[in-house]
Amino acid sequence: MVRILPQTKSAAVNPLKSSQPLGAAFAFLGVEGAMPLFHGSQGCTSFALVLFVRHFKETIPLQTTAMDEVATILGGADHLEEAILNLKTRTNPKLIGVCTTALVETRGEDFASDIASIRAKRGGELAGTKVVLANTPDFHGAIEDGWATAVTAMIETITRSGKQARDTKKIAILPGWNLTVADIEHLRETVESFGLQAVIFPDVSGALDGTVPDRWIPTTYGGTTIDEIRELGTVAHCIAIGEHMRRPAEVLHRLTGVPYVLFQSLTGLKGVDRFASLLSAISGAAVPTKLRRRRAQLQDALLDGHFHFGGKRIAIAAEPDQLYQLATFFIGMGSDIAAAVTTTDTSKILEQVPTESVQVGDLGDLEGLAAGADLLVTHSHGRQAAERLGIPLMRIGFPIFDRLGSQHKLTILYQGTRDLIFEVANIFQANQRAPTPETLDPFRNRDMPDGLRSSLLARR
Amino acid sequence: MSSLSAKIQDVFNEPACEKNHGKDAKARKKGCSKPLTPGAAAGGCAFDGAKIVLQPITDIAHLIHAPLACEGNSWDNRGAASSGPTLWRTSFTTDLSELDLVMGQSERKLFRAIREIKEAYAPPAIFVYSTCVTALIGDDIEAVCKRAAEKFGLPVVPINAPGFVGSKNLGNKLAGEALLDHVIGTVEPDDAGPYDINILGEFNLSGEFWLVKPLLDKLGIRVRACIPGDARYLDIASAHCARAAMMVCSTALINLARKMEERWDIPFFEGSFYGITDTSEALRQIADLLVRKGADPEILDRTEALIAEEEAIAWKKLEAYRPRLEGKRVLLNTGGVKSWSVVHALMEIGIEIVGTSVKKSTVEDKERIKQILKDENHMFESMAPRELYAMLSEHKADIMLSGGRTQFIALKAKIPWLDINQERHHPYAGYDGMVELVRQIDLAIHNPIWCQVREPAPWDCLPAVEEEMLGEEGARATVDAFKKLAGTTAGDFGEC
Repeated sequence: MVRILPQTKSAAVNPLKSSQPLGAAFAFLGVEGAMPLFHGSQGCTSFALVLFVRHFKETIPLQTTAMDEVATILGGADHLEEAILNLKTRTNPKLIGVCTTALVETRGEDFASDIASIRAKRGGELAGTKVVLANTPDFHGAIEDGWATAVTAMIETITRSGKQARDTKKIAILPGWNLTVADIEHLRETVESFGLQAVIFPDVSGALDGTVPDRWIPTTYGGTTIDEIRELGTVAHCIAIGEHMRRPAEVLHRLTGVPYVLFQSLTGLKGVDRFASLLSAISGAAVPTKLRRRRAQLQDALLDGHFHFGGKRIAIAAEPDQLYQLATFFIGMGSDIAAAVTTTDTSKILEQVPTESVQVGDLGDLEGLAAGADLLVTHSHGRQAAERLGIPLMRIGFPIFDRLGSQHKLTILYQGTRDLIFEVANIFQANQRAPTPETLDPFRNRDMPDGLRSSLLARR
Repeated sequence: MSSLSAKIQDVFNEPACEKNHGKDAKARKKGCSKPLTPGAAAGGCAFDGAKIVLQPITDIAHLIHAPLACEGNSWDNRGAASSGPTLWRTSFTTDLSELDLVMGQSERKLFRAIREIKEAYAPPAIFVYSTCVTALIGDDIEAVCKRAAEKFGLPVVPINAPGFVGSKNLGNKLAGEALLDHVIGTVEPDDAGPYDINILGEFNLSGEFWLVKPLLDKLGIRVRACIPGDARYLDIASAHCARAAMMVCSTALINLARKMEERWDIPFFEGSFYGITDTSEALRQIADLLVRKGADPEILDRTEALIAEEEAIAWKKLEAYRPRLEGKRVLLNTGGVKSWSVVHALMEIGIEIVGTSVKKSTVEDKERIKQILKDENHMFESMAPRELYAMLSEHKADIMLSGGRTQFIALKAKIPWLDINQERHHPYAGYDGMVELVRQIDLAIHNPIWCQVREPAPWDCLPAVEEEMLGEEGARATVDAFKKLAGTTAGDFGEC
């Protein structure tokens, strides 16, 4: 049984989390023609915007209701209305995704009724634009929660409810936020290779994948379409990826009766086998040759790679589902989890992370727990800890601002697992140090308990 | 809150600000920040501004009293450099949870957080920043800081600039006020001398102040405090002992400069280290002020000699770029003093300025730009992304110099772009910095990717591809066909 250790410090040191509204905005960015709108002070938006831009190296549509002192005292409904109308006139989005922030949530207004009355009053002007509300105060949860809340809100607001005629060749996939652009594209190709059609929602592979459109577009210019979201009830099956996508999948099931299967992770041979079998069962088609080939390549990668993983001590800091995804991957390769730090205690998946304890905390906690580890696994903010500890850093999650191409890194299915194995093994090989008499001296190492000793040759 | 409103009114009433000077009493009270339009606003909040100004102080702990987003989404994002301490890069926040807020535990959590930091890091001081939520629920950070300072025996400075009070610029000024109220003048140095100066509003981005400091060293001028770039707490606490000050980024810390002059008789001037003539002018003015305050006048001649020597070297280096850059069209999309000082040097080597934003410029700035550009039409207040994109994709400029915010407008229009704001990776200050800027412009414009990225895919012009089969002649025709069909090809750009 995993012990989940709550945060006991008063000062968070080097935050691991990004905020909940950022997670919600991220999900809205996976919808075509979308404009996420933070209901808060302009700084809330500016910080999230800069962080998105640093990560994706793309223009990010994101606006603010620009709450000032007066609105903070008297209430922000007017600012919300003005912002929505301004966005409609200036950018004519198909979707305005309202993400609340700590500021307005602390005031505690009834945003749903604010939006309902704006819609009632301004219905004509807002024709052709959906307005969806995600309640995402910063003082609760993190990216995962915000993402799932926004997806749930979009299903509740846009998807047509009631049992509908199902297209047996169409499935819906609700991916967690931690899937990259490359993951989404690969997922779609894989599903299609079974003769199925996939509605992936949200689909960040459209607008955030680093393409060059031939004109200036103020909203997102790719992603799941509003029509696709409306028609989610017509798919044969729904596949949710990551524990945090259980709630949206359940809501879809409740509204439309579409059955769902949840994969906690699509990284690792066994999980992918289950996924491929499921697609084969749904489609009635045999597993395509190409996928069999990928599986064989993964088998070979497991064989070639495992030498580098065995006995290595890995320190991971990530959002709950990503922590689970990575911890099971490393355990599956023969490594040990030296430290597991996560952002919030709200997820059930934490109980299944294959380690003794999970610390809810920050990168300061990771740095404290990771002494003696062979590899740090977290986002770019872990670079300072890695430098101080002299331990290599594998960058995953959000934000990654000091490396290019993180969106094009594959992390799921046979091929993604294979790539991960190579990436990690290469980090270890790059940081290998030649043996010296000192490091191998039997007397020198005797006073250190075995458990704390990291691989002799891997590190200084 | 009332003391904060009074503070804000005080900051808005800035006699040293020319823009402010021209307003009547009523307009002045409204402040200098334009009201924000919901749904059409850009830029940071007051907290952001306060943190930008103070965070580069390298040896203190910066503690943000807020729910996660204020710090969690914004830390480790600016390129100021430190010559020693690294504590400023460690992020501290009270990361308030729902429970903290509902149970009213946030003040106590703040106090405990200060203790934890003091015990684990023993910094010379801790700066505590209030934010929207903690201001809204009425946390008295001033009282908590006072109590913590007494109890733990170190300066704990409240920075009262919650995001909703206004813009980034207002936050800059409130940060200056906090330094005046709590830090500057609290330590008496034992080494004050006649050549001590302060540099205000220099952030040492990419370490660029280190391109300038050796010049001052050579003249025997000591930087008592550079606020905030690469500063230590003690430097700032004893900054009141300087003889003169230079204010680098006028809009950020003008109140600090003026009040230091009033309180401690430290005269200041507004100058810039961007551009060659500006750097020289800055050195001259520093020497002048020091002499006025009693330094030996011989420093004036030494300064002139150094300027002559350094300028000659810099112009010689720049001249080498003239053949490559003459006639190139630059669009400057950045605010403030940066525009005209850089403009001058660029024009000196034959670069043409096709436009410059004057959003943050003062009246005086605008006059100067007008004189330099000889055409008012090249000045614009600000440009909507769509217009900017249109202008760039019609190739009305060969390169845009701007901040990260508009980066992708240029890149998606397939136009070279160079970062000249806070996230940039190259130092541009001083004589060498100007040469570096021109070198970077040259590298950006002449990068071979441009003629690759602008070329349409061959299958986008199918008829032309068929012609290509015909050989050399056909290939020529292909290029022509591209031009007709796509309108945008490498050929339009001449040197690809």
